[in-house]
Amino acid sequence: MAKKVALLQGNEVCAHAAVYAGAQFFGGYPITPSTEVAEVLSVELPKVGGKFIQMEDEIAAMASVIGASLTGAKSITATSGPGVSLKQELIGYACIAEIPCVIVNVMRGGPSTGMPTGPGQSDVQQARWGTHGDHAAIALAPSSCQEIFSETVRAFNLAEKYRMPVQVLYDEIVGHMRERIEFPEPGELEVIDRAKPTVAPEQYKPYDTSFGDVPPLAAFGSEYRFHVTGLNKAQDGFPTTKAELVDDEQRRQIRKVENETARADIEKNEEYLTEDAEIIVFAYGSIARSARYAVNELRKEGIKAGLFRPITLWPFPEKRVAALAKQAKAIVVAEMNLGQMVHEVERVSKGACTIAGVFRVDGEPINPGQIMDKVKEVR
Amino acid sequence: MAKRTEIRFSGAGGQGLITAGIILAEAASIIEGKHAVQSQSYGPEARGGASKSEVIISDGPIDYPKATTVDACLAMTQESADKYANGIKKGGVLLLDSDFVKREPQGDFKTYKFPIIRTAKEDIGREIVGNVVALGAMVALTDVVSREAGEKAVLARVPEAFIELNKKAYNLGYDKVKELLK
Repeated sequence: MAKKVALLQGNEVCAHAAVYAGAQFFGGYPITPSTEVAEVLSVELPKVGGKFIQMEDEIAAMASVIGASLTGAKSITATSGPGVSLKQELIGYACIAEIPCVIVNVMRGGPSTGMPTGPGQSDVQQARWGTHGDHAAIALAPSSCQEIFSETVRAFNLAEKYRMPVQVLYDEIVGHMRERIEFPEPGELEVIDRAKPTVAPEQYKPYDTSFGDVPPLAAFGSEYRFHVTGLNKAQDGFPTTKAELVDDEQRRQIRKVENETARADIEKNEEYLTEDAEIIVFAYGSIARSARYAVNELRKEGIKAGLFRPITLWPFPEKRVAALAKQAKAIVVAEMNLGQMVHEVERVSKGACTIAGVFRVDGEPINPGQIMDKVKEVR
Repeated sequence: MAKRTEIRFSGAGGQGLITAGIILAEAASIIEGKHAVQSQSYGPEARGGASKSEVIISDGPIDYPKATTVDACLAMTQESADKYANGIKKGGVLLLDSDFVKREPQGDFKTYKFPIIRTAKEDIGREIVGNVVALGAMVALTDVVSREAGEKAVLARVPEAFIELNKKAYNLGYDKVKELLK
């Protein structure tokens, strides 16, 4: 049978992908340019027995997502940068209490209200550090409508697998543009559910590390009774100030994402003509599309340009970027902000090559010509 | 390289030009199996203000999703003509609603015009199908999709009761432009 195809907006695709991944709950508060995710889920979730709630504000929306997820329902919210600003306190709660959830941030400009209908990529460091305290972060940055489908499903998988919040970060251009997408058949994409306890309820500890760095999570409200808190806690879930227990918990929560095996599982990049490239363009989201266009044009002019596109923005692809910095004469970072991921590229390249930036914050996308000019300048 | 055609629909917010762009992209990608990307930019207003919708159509995958040099542009209002006709490539085409655009943009392109909204109102009896008249006209002007694919895409979007109305609007716009091109 032919696959179902449709011409859909990125945001609409995100909503359908959430349902594919098994989402059972959306709690949110409408905000441009993300609102279509909520609109579509308000129609689609009830069809699969899920719940949709428009809460009184962004903070309550995040709280509802955390609560729903704790009961065992895969949960999602969608917002934009200003909404993530409000959710930050509770994102930290989801990190320390280790509650899986997916947060979609359709990026506009900022800070504050900024330009609601224009695109931006200035929330990429917010996605890494946007809550206080040390914590791991996973953020995925799709650049096409089809990829929004696969990356939204992957965001749920990673959230469930690593018991933590995962952000899907894409800009207004990708969120609002329409492309033909093919709906994957059920089973075609992997769908992961969180590990459930195998011990009897009276033996259950919600942070039992004898099961590894990501302990199984029971459904709150079931026969498994446990304590959930934002305080540092012992393996049984109750607060502790014991130095070694606090230290163990803090380090484990970073290690579960930062270890080599997890990184290999989470990191995902696309490379285009990088093999012999002298100049690498580093770009993500919609701007990676401008960069690819630019690379093709530059190749026609005999300039050895290539594209490195991180699909997983966080954790940052340190090893690969460091290797490219050794191979290339220069890396040109193109992003719709005044220089955010460029700091990571600089950090990991350790001066091995020239790093230059193409930055734009006027609500217009970086066009291929701007990237070509910069490549020619640093070459 | 795959042939890339860039089409821009512009006018006032609420005139249905984003919908016209979506229908064209559906005709190209769903019906004709080409690659298409539709995007738009709009202000914070629900109605009024200058609005534009862009459709890129290609035989191959489309990287940059916005217009670089526009092959064909539609402008339904003076404001949109002033703002969006500037990106038309040398030898490209501009279609205007002659009732609303009095100061014609100048450039290295060919301009065609007819009273699009008035045609919808007087010949079809419904001003609201002005965008479908304009879509038919743009298909005729560019041949970027076949006449039939465009019509099929229009009809796939409208409720039963409005099929005849929209069919008439689309074909009227198409024929008007083919007449102008003679």
